[in-house]
Amino acid sequence: MSDIKKIKDEFLNKLSTDLNIESVNQIKSELFGKNGKISNSFKNLGSLPAEERKKFASDLNFIKDELQEKINKKIQEIEIKEINSKLENEKVDITLPERNIIQGKIHPVSQVIDEISSIFSEIGFSVEEGPDVENEHYNFTALNTPDNHPARDMHDTFYLDDKKELLLRTHTSPVQVRTMLKGKPPFKIIAPGRTYRSDSDQTHAPMFHQVEGLHIDKNINMGHLKGCLNYFIKSFFEVDKIKMRFRPSHFPFTEPSAEVDIGYELKDSKIVIGEGDKWLEILGCGMVHPNVLKNVKINPDKYQGYAFGIGIDRLAMLKYGINDLRAFFETDYRWLNHFGFDPLDVPSNYRGLSR
Amino acid sequence: MKFTIGWLKEHLDTKFKDNEILEKLTDVGLEVESFEKLSTDLDNFKVAKIINAEQHPNADKLKVCDVDIGEQNTVKVVCGAPNAKKNLLTVYAGPGSVIPKNNMKLTVSKIRGVTSYGMLCSESELNLSDESDGITELKSNKYSDKLGKNFFKNSTEKVIDLSITPNRPDCLGVRGVARDLAAAGAGKLKHTSNINIKKNGAQKIKVSITKDKNQGCTIFGSCLIKDVANKESPKWLKDKIESLGQKPISAIVDITNYVMLDLNRPLHAYDVDKIDKEIIVRNSVKGETFEALDNKVYKLDNDMCVISDKSGILGLGGIIGGSRSGTEFNTKNILLESAYFLPRSIRKTSKLLNIDTDAKFRFERGIDPQSIEIGLKKAAQLITEICGGKVSKFDIQKTKKEKKNKIKFKIPLFERIAGFEVKDNEIIKILKDLGFEVSKKKLELELKIPTWRPDITQPIDIVEEIVRIKGYNNIRTLEPDKTRFKATLNKQQKLFHFLQRSVASKGYFETITWSFTDSKLNSFFKENYKEIKIVNPISSDLDVLRNSIFSNLTSYLKKNLDRGFKDVSLFEIGPIFKDNKPGEQLTVIGAIKSGKISRLNWNEENRSVDVFDAKKDVIQTLVEAGYDRQNLFVREKSPSYYHPGKSGSVYLDKDDINLVAYFGEIHPNIIKKLDIKTEALVGFEIYLDYLKDKKLKLKDLKSQFKFSDYQKSDRDFAFVVDKYFKAQDLIDIISSIDQSLIKSVKIFDVYEGENIPKDKKSIALNVTIQSSEKTLEESDLEKINKLIISTVETKSGAKIRS
Repeated sequence: MSDIKKIKDEFLNKLSTDLNIESVNQIKSELFGKNGKISNSFKNLGSLPAEERKKFASDLNFIKDELQEKINKKIQEIEIKEINSKLENEKVDITLPERNIIQGKIHPVSQVIDEISSIFSEIGFSVEEGPDVENEHYNFTALNTPDNHPARDMHDTFYLDDKKELLLRTHTSPVQVRTMLKGKPPFKIIAPGRTYRSDSDQTHAPMFHQVEGLHIDKNINMGHLKGCLNYFIKSFFEVDKIKMRFRPSHFPFTEPSAEVDIGYELKDSKIVIGEGDKWLEILGCGMVHPNVLKNVKINPDKYQGYAFGIGIDRLAMLKYGINDLRAFFETDYRWLNHFGFDPLDVPSNYRGLSR
Repeated sequence: MKFTIGWLKEHLDTKFKDNEILEKLTDVGLEVESFEKLSTDLDNFKVAKIINAEQHPNADKLKVCDVDIGEQNTVKVVCGAPNAKKNLLTVYAGPGSVIPKNNMKLTVSKIRGVTSYGMLCSESELNLSDESDGITELKSNKYSDKLGKNFFKNSTEKVIDLSITPNRPDCLGVRGVARDLAAAGAGKLKHTSNINIKKNGAQKIKVSITKDKNQGCTIFGSCLIKDVANKESPKWLKDKIESLGQKPISAIVDITNYVMLDLNRPLHAYDVDKIDKEIIVRNSVKGETFEALDNKVYKLDNDMCVISDKSGILGLGGIIGGSRSGTEFNTKNILLESAYFLPRSIRKTSKLLNIDTDAKFRFERGIDPQSIEIGLKKAAQLITEICGGKVSKFDIQKTKKEKKNKIKFKIPLFERIAGFEVKDNEIIKILKDLGFEVSKKKLELELKIPTWRPDITQPIDIVEEIVRIKGYNNIRTLEPDKTRFKATLNKQQKLFHFLQRSVASKGYFETITWSFTDSKLNSFFKENYKEIKIVNPISSDLDVLRNSIFSNLTSYLKKNLDRGFKDVSLFEIGPIFKDNKPGEQLTVIGAIKSGKISRLNWNEENRSVDVFDAKKDVIQTLVEAGYDRQNLFVREKSPSYYHPGKSGSVYLDKDDINLVAYFGEIHPNIIKKLDIKTEALVGFEIYLDYLKDKKLKLKDLKSQFKFSDYQKSDRDFAFVVDKYFKAQDLIDIISSIDQSLIKSVKIFDVYEGENIPKDKKSIALNVTIQSSEKTLEESDLEKINKLIISTVETKSGAKIRS
């Protein structure tokens, strides 16, 4: 017994001195190696009288554990010390630039289309599309704008054939016609997309974007139209109060027709929506003309409803303070970077339309 | 449509203030564009102050003055007045001004070598007094705070400019506007005073309307006025004409214009002595020509409605008169025309000849056919008052009897559409005020439509009349109804939005460019598509619909490179066109990337973009959109605008059916032709319409989660294959040997050169082998190793490199 106690004390002393990893391993093998002192003591167990054996074995195990733990601790201590001394030489200038960031951008028109879709989705509208190339029937005639009607002059049309039958759609309204022809009422749709007019100056581009809206059911009246647009404008501009004015106007495909103005004021030459006493025209709308319904084989005595058309680029300009319409389509990398949106910024109702 | 408040009040008895009238106009649908004074010549005269007056270097009696005209910079004026001195307040007239005294128009001029911008005026020059010795001296107590302001008060009345929608021809006359205002409660429409003119004898010029097919004229009213003395219009008439920004011409012309603007009744006056015998209203014959009042000669087609005499054409009915029979100051006898032309005929003719006149604008929209006589009366009265003369009886030729149109209007329709109630009495009053004849039968109104309202043809038009006069502010704002019939987006639309953001997230800036492009650029990218010309392009470099997105993207890339950017990544998602028919279009993502990766980066090596950057972006986008990488198959085939050796196409399967994308480096010849200066240019295109719909939704696609916990083993191989053997095929051969054991195949080296025959290359792969049933023994691995080697060697002709 005293032998192993001596061994224990001797080695505990050794282990408390300053050692390197090799010396610790040396000690480990002196104790627990094939002919190690502790290993040998275990081998000798059998030669002891039965009555001593139990006690000795218990003591020996206790000492073995103690020494082993001490060795493990010592090893850990040395390793940590080694790492720490290494770290002192591994310092970098953390203010050096990170590896290249790549960030793409979503065009403001695309972003605003997503915002609009999200807003109308909330009240049950679905999204429809139609072709950019139209024939004059869908673009005009079916929309109660016959060839001899002066209202056709309101649209400067790009034609694709000499007979003027094929054209680039001048508005998104033909999607109304296509949607109603291929389905049965009720209809509740929006149709965002590209539109074209042969008109180009500071405030007009030969291509621009519109979103069409159409809601046809048995009892949809002008009150629903006003309510829908009021909800949309408030949601889109993310304001609580909005000043909105319905003005009588004329579109061949709606009757009665209205243009809608919103109130604004200029603060530091920036437009603030919803305040002030200036008016800004932002959309046209009305009750779908019975002739249009008849043209798509819907009985106007049974079904009625409203339609509207909004300029998307204009909305984007107003909301995000963009002054120049032409810049939308000029692909200036600086402009795209400045007005573009991060692709992770997906407009949605629960996360908010915009940050 | 322009008029003054004063003119309006000739028809409307109102206590409304100007701004209330303006508001009301907008409320009833007559949009006020502006309400401003017209600028006059006298607006050019400003209160000014001489800041400095120095001796002219080359003339004893002249001074060079620095004059403050209330703008940022002073102007230099050379002045000969003895009283021109520092701090004098005076009147300045800028270049372009006309001096009242002598009608001299000022220009910027050099006076003895010094440039003078305008002049300082004497009282005499301004017609204020005879004082001409020096320039006007203004009292500083009265004028010192008016620097830069107009010296003369603009005494013209403010002019209202209305934007009249094409359905409201009646409001192209002041009286029509007054009628709408009266109906909306802004006052009372004045009665037209009875006009009594003495008529002497018959109208002796014979008028006939031929029975041509599609005859454009249905009524032709006329009268003779003999022994007139045409002259300048009196002041009141000149003022009226001028207040609308038009130039007075002569009393007779001004009167016809005035009646048109007042009553929306276009008229035309002929010099009778220039008419050959009689008036024939007929269709033109192809090849006929005539010179119009705009001094242009028009060559006519068949079937245009013309007014002619025995010798030929006098005018295009309802559009423009001819110069041969026009009135002049020495005209003695006139024939006054008041007619009705069919809108369709007017529109057709004016479009073919490309003529736009006030009369055409009105007839095209529809003139009141019952205004023939009132027009003749009012004009004849004014002409005799101003120019004298004797008026004949009126001659009215008609080919059709016109009667008032009737409609039946069910009163409940109003509330059904407008969503609010208006009492029957009020409805009836509104309609009567608008000129309808109304009789009520229970819930139905029988309405005779006023002849000046060609726009009203059916009950819905009556709803609009009532709601607009009652006021759109009465429409309620109902809570939006939230019923849904269909999902917001369909699968294809979801894919569109997903791919758009997926590509952007790889560092590309989204742009939107025209759907049309320059045919020259388009030809580089059109491949086999048809060129689709725009008949009336906005400019010659935007003359075709685009067959590819690349034509616009590359040209805008060039502009950005020219701006000094080097590493530019752009994409657009939008239509390309296959043909000029509706639906012959495809939705495509086009993306391009120029320059280098990691340019000027302190810890990464820079390199030019290459085909594998494009390939990564296109494949990753497809994988993110839910297409399994294992199934995507790449072929060498690609359009001619890509580098033939460094481009490819992506299929959704191996059967060459579902081609969905192209990628690669842009053909060096095109880069050269477009003069794009960059180290490298790559791009890709994804065809959304060809992306096969994944029938299953994500919730159905997620299969049971299975994985193996048994030991994985990696084995490396190097095969020597033909130089043009495809890596994809090698991976394919190995993967398909035993799909239950071979979990992945990765190429970690491709080598050509020393120790490898010239027409060969070495491909080194790492294969991961794992069983889902047991830990593989060394012998199992050895077996699969041998199988891999033998299969590859047999199927590809490769040799394992030892």
